[in-house]
Amino acid sequence: MNCDICHTEKATIFFSQMAEGKLQKVNLCKVCADDKGVTDPTGFALADMLEGMGKQTAVDTGPARNELVCGSCGFTQTDFKKTGRFGCADCYHVFDEGLDGLLEAMHKHTRHVGKAPQSFPEANDRAAASAPVSVAETNPRARLSELRQALSKSVEDEDYEEAARLRDAISRLETILGES
Amino acid sequence: MRFSTLLKKPAEWMRTTGPENDIVMTSRVRLARNLVGFPFPGWAKKDDRTRVMEKVRPALEELAEMKDSFSEEMTQLTAIEKQVLVERHLISREHAAKGPGCATVMNRKQTVSVMINEEDHLRMQAIRPGLQLLAAYRSLDQIDTELEVDLPYAFDRQYGYLTACPTNLGTGMRASAMLHLPGLVLSEQINQTIQGANKIGLAVRGLYGEGTEALANLFQISNQNTLGMREEDIIAHLDRVIGQLIANEKNARMKILEDRPTMMQDQIGRAFAVLKYAHIISSKEALNHLSMIRLGCDLGFIPEEERECITVLLTEIQPAHLQISAKCKLSPEERDILRADIIRKSLIGLTPPDFGSILTNRDNDDE
Ligand SMILES: [Zn+2]
Ligand SMILES: [Zn+2]
Repeated sequence: MNCDICHTEKATIFFSQMAEGKLQKVNLCKVCADDKGVTDPTGFALADMLEGMGKQTAVDTGPARNELVCGSCGFTQTDFKKTGRFGCADCYHVFDEGLDGLLEAMHKHTRHVGKAPQSFPEANDRAAASAPVSVAETNPRARLSELRQALSKSVEDEDYEEAARLRDAISRLETILGES
Repeated sequence: MRFSTLLKKPAEWMRTTGPENDIVMTSRVRLARNLVGFPFPGWAKKDDRTRVMEKVRPALEELAEMKDSFSEEMTQLTAIEKQVLVERHLISREHAAKGPGCATVMNRKQTVSVMINEEDHLRMQAIRPGLQLLAAYRSLDQIDTELEVDLPYAFDRQYGYLTACPTNLGTGMRASAMLHLPGLVLSEQINQTIQGANKIGLAVRGLYGEGTEALANLFQISNQNTLGMREEDIIAHLDRVIGQLIANEKNARMKILEDRPTMMQDQIGRAFAVLKYAHIISSKEALNHLSMIRLGCDLGFIPEEERECITVLLTEIQPAHLQISAKCKLSPEERDILRADIIRKSLIGLTPPDFGSILTNRDNDDE
């Protein structure tokens, strides 16, 4: 099989990338791959995968107008297109439109089913995995108020073991968020 | 633990063996984790990176597994020291280039290493000899569970562990095995193998180069998908495919021995001659010949005791390791001379390969 770019050299590097909304196999020779900066095939493919996302940004590279910005870290849609990385955990919530399409192309799945921290026991529950996702699940501040409500309920129920666990979780989150 | 102590001993995986060790050199598992409330390292300002490091580093150092660990900020290491860690697969090339607010913590045995503020706040890795992906995962899983008590992770019920790059989302887990596949390379089946693995969502890469260009015939196979499968299922899938690759590699070796025994003898004999007597040798030439000596061990032409020495040499002849042993910076020409010296010294007891078992087939060689 020959290289997709120069068509003369034998292809030795193979990977998949998104183009025009479809997953395509790409075959490159060593020279062309180096030329394109393909050292990490997954990183390279991302730039094109982003085209599969719902939102379109202006084609020109001038100052973006009305661009979506992450309130927590100031990351923009353009930054994501440029780097293929997000700025912070909250970005996943801000830029979620079209994200499932991107994840589907990358992982063939859109929902996590593996390990979860013990402060998220319900995430291990397969039944919960198909329930709609609330804001609290992606936003740490919303998560904090959720935990506080759960705490007052567990105190009412005299479930002190659960209350102690929640109190720990709350104080950790508070420290991190600078709200203590 | 000081850097010099770390250097003195080869990593534990080099000195011990594991299942399928003739073809599978190592199994590695890496987990990516981030803390709630801080931007990812690539987007974070220096202050935020430093604050993350100041939370993560003590939490790691307190773990029983990390007792008397090597723990250092990247700014405190010289370029050569960082390169040594890269050559030992303890940190990534990207991490070696990092500045303030970035650190590396690893245990004495060099079986667990953690990069702080690489692409994610935490990149933890466990490495084992042979095919032991699940064991490597279990040891890392335990460390991860201990850490989450002190470090609130960025986690989402739908997307799992949130990572800077969506390609790592979900489990944040990359499991990989380093395979020695001279049979598939010599029989020109390697590109086919790479494409086949690609089709089922696995990536295969040459350790020091790509495709048939891969030096030392070493290849790394890893999962590409991290979201939507349980950690154990990702590993079981990899284990199945690696099992098949091992069978293919063994078949390829047997087929070469049957069809082209003289070619096999020539490759191993040449490797022996060059490594024993060369006084100037490039990294590329050395790696490829060491691969053939290792193959000679697997096939019973070279005593089994040489295997550990060959494994250690693969690392010791890398540029930064050479310069550390010379205690000075070396030009490429000087490195080629020192490399040949070190190899000759290490292989001083190596006796010529004994091809007795295949000499009888010689007349059938159709090469
Ligand atoms: Zn090309
Ligand atoms: Zn953000």
